[in-house]
Amino acid sequence: MKLIYQNWWKYLSIPLLFYVLIAGLLGEVPRLPILNETIRVLHFHVPMWFGMIILLTTSMIYAIKYLSGNKIEDDHLSIELANVGVFLGILGILTGMVWANYTWGSPWSNDPKQNASAIGLLIYFAYFILRGSLQDEQQRARISAIYNIFAYAALIPLLFILPRLTDSLHPGNGGNPGFNAYDLDSNLRLVFYPAVLGWTLLGFWISTIRYRTRRIEETLDEGGI
Amino acid sequence: MKLYQEIGQLISKDISLEWRNRYAINGILLYTAASIFICYLSFQMGAAVSPIIWNALFWIIMLFSAMNAIAKSFFQENDQRNFYYYQITSPQGLILSKIIYNSFLMLLLCLLGYGFFSLVLGNPVQDKSLYFLILLLSSFGFAGSLTMISGIASKAGNNAVLMAILSFPVVLPMLLMIIKASKNAIDGLDRASSLDEIIVLLAINVIIITLSFLLFPYLWRS
Repeated sequence: MKLIYQNWWKYLSIPLLFYVLIAGLLGEVPRLPILNETIRVLHFHVPMWFGMIILLTTSMIYAIKYLSGNKIEDDHLSIELANVGVFLGILGILTGMVWANYTWGSPWSNDPKQNASAIGLLIYFAYFILRGSLQDEQQRARISAIYNIFAYAALIPLLFILPRLTDSLHPGNGGNPGFNAYDLDSNLRLVFYPAVLGWTLLGFWISTIRYRTRRIEETLDEGGI
Repeated sequence: MKLYQEIGQLISKDISLEWRNRYAINGILLYTAASIFICYLSFQMGAAVSPIIWNALFWIIMLFSAMNAIAKSFFQENDQRNFYYYQITSPQGLILSKIIYNSFLMLLLCLLGYGFFSLVLGNPVQDKSLYFLILLLSSFGFAGSLTMISGIASKAGNNAVLMAILSFPVVLPMLLMIIKASKNAIDGLDRASSLDEIIVLLAINVIIITLSFLLFPYLWRS
């Protein structure tokens, strides 16, 4: 909780993302068949999914914390983390569709990972609708925390198990040229890891701002000031 | 009272309630039968339904019947009576008894639906025993996930739309596995090829029932 009000990690994301933008767009990349220059999407598309999963996991942890401690702050943090996580997920789908348009020939190719991520977003949209349908604050917090944990458990097999049972068009799956096959080691890895860290930190930053705005609105509504 | 005694009593209570008000279960059976008959008529009296369409249709009908059958598990009793149960039973006993009861209800519904569906649209299934195993696992899976969702939806004002949108995404991973494994059973493929799907299905069932068991007390308290 204290981390929300500290700034060092927020400022850390700024140089990281500038580095990712510059090095990711201008740096050397390996020449792979089909992928060619589009391999640079690795720094902008894949970190969205990493960020989404990390944010949604944290949201689930705060849902558990709410259920055990009944502190409304935990619920506010949980919903805002889910909001930003889903936003990153939408960006991930959109960047993926742009990329797929150039490499696979069409934006939506019935790829298991694409389908799984679309279903995953549906789960969290249902979560938002559930929240909207409940009026009482404590009850809304409790029931949506329960659904949050339930939904997260449904998301795990969807994102990590099902795509492995079928061949995916994604690089590295089903005999497609992957990043690992040619080794990410050289320049890609140097940009990819900072990219994951930077985008995730940016996601956390946005959700803390939204969390604090929500706190202020709550206080104003209660007539506290 | 021991947990299993409590579960036994709650299940027998559910059965006798169901038996007294037979309209609910008859309604679900009619719902399933009517939707199967609609499919039969829309496909020009079952002229030529390819196995893929046969399979997809069957599971979509089963999904909707399951949702309607299980949605009522927390709606049918009024608030005062729920409050009474709250006083005398443990939440774990209540959710487990509901899941077990719904599992057998779903199994009955799946078997009857399967029989009627084969009657009107033909039966292309080659590996029947594997198909029955999938029917069994899917009824338990549907019951496990939908019972908890029905509890959540009942807290949010018994809204039928809410029940549907909350349950679709949670059931979907399970449904994908079921459709894939049952397609293998229809084609009569080697059983080893559906092993992955069956294991994942079992794992999802275990996760969902464990989570229901852990989370229901929090839901029940509110």
